[in-house]
Amino acid sequence: MRTISSEEIERAVYRLAREACLHLIPSCRAALERAERSEEGEGARFALSALLKNADIAAEEQMAICQDTGYAVVLAEIGQEVHIEGKLLADAVDDGVRKAYKDFCFRKSICDPITRANTADNTPAALHTEIVAGDKIALTFLPKGFGSENMSRIYMLTPAKGIDGIVDAIVETVALAGSKPCPPVYAGVGIGGTFDTCALLAKKALTREVGSHHPRKDVAAIEEAALQRINDLGIGPQGFGGKTSAIGVSCEIAPTHIAGLPVAINIQCHCVRCAKTVI
Amino acid sequence: MKNITLPLTEEAIENLRAGEGVLLSGTILTGRDCAHKRICEFLDDGKPLPFALRGETIYYAGPCPAPAGKACGSCGPTTSARMDSFTPRLLGLGLKGMIGKGERSAEVVDSIVKNNAVYFAAIGGAGALYGNAVKKSELIAFPDLLSEAVYRFTFENFPCVVAIDCHGGNIYQK
Repeated sequence: MRTISSEEIERAVYRLAREACLHLIPSCRAALERAERSEEGEGARFALSALLKNADIAAEEQMAICQDTGYAVVLAEIGQEVHIEGKLLADAVDDGVRKAYKDFCFRKSICDPITRANTADNTPAALHTEIVAGDKIALTFLPKGFGSENMSRIYMLTPAKGIDGIVDAIVETVALAGSKPCPPVYAGVGIGGTFDTCALLAKKALTREVGSHHPRKDVAAIEEAALQRINDLGIGPQGFGGKTSAIGVSCEIAPTHIAGLPVAINIQCHCVRCAKTVI
Repeated sequence: MKNITLPLTEEAIENLRAGEGVLLSGTILTGRDCAHKRICEFLDDGKPLPFALRGETIYYAGPCPAPAGKACGSCGPTTSARMDSFTPRLLGLGLKGMIGKGERSAEVVDSIVKNNAVYFAAIGGAGALYGNAVKKSELIAFPDLLSEAVYRFTFENFPCVVAIDCHGGNIYQK
């Protein structure tokens, strides 16, 4: 048994929030640079060069890279030999979020769904915990913007739809989103599980590096086929037209029921922000 | 890129064409989801608005708080389509310009043409770059809405693209 204090978790969340909201992950930046080199249209090039310049300004001036500093999504993989001492885990996470969003001038975007009254400190975080082997805690912080979250979809396909049905669902979701979610997008896809676990898989898929492939060949083939068809849609950066409508498709899978084939597509804008640490 | 001074004149609007890059300088009002809803509630109740819309340009944005020494924090555009249901009403009251990101509904495009207005697309996600183009920020109305309140911003060389012009030109139409 290893003891980890809630203060340590709070400090880690604080650091991760800062790192995630101020920087693009390097694989996302590299994808945007490749896109800028390959696009020929004036609008597409204008959009991509503005985004690269924006990333430089954000890092230099320590300003949020995008004003939508998001819903604070925190994935915590907790080793079952860990004992957390002090506050409740959820309170420690929220306290880290609260302090980071205040200290670094990040936007507070969380509100009551009915009255729309803002909680004024960007809490609560969306905390997903998983008990794993070992005596460590792995934390992933994903500030999730909602222009793109709004364009996400879930399909409960019949098993007969198969691989073609999965690829069609991914492409249709990106096509329907069009220019609205800040393309080029990063599509996180969950395949299998249940209605709820499928959506969480899609979110987890967004924490993978842009350009990475699923280790299973048949899943990697779905990622590749969907990406190619999305980039044939012609939406382009910001919807200005072009070859780059997505910088990647990332799929995660789980076993499902004999009667179903759930597919969830969680859309992420071009601003892929994610920070990780292990305590 | 063409330099455009705000507030927009009728003549400047008529000369803008979809696809053109522009640098905006001058004053605008910010307003997004909750502010639009509130404006329409004022109108429904027959109450006077705390600011005039005639001749104004609205930027669909909810800024990050300003860090020390800056007029504004990170402040890029939000998705314009969420404002579509409110927009024709505001254009009818004399609103002339809108800045946001992404396509608009057919009703909004028709209303832009009918009212000799213009819609600019800013680059979604370029929050730090746009925050730096804001030289002055003043809270105008609805402070309880926090980042969704209405602010008057003074822009200096705010880069964007004419997305829908008053002649019906539309960069999102393939």
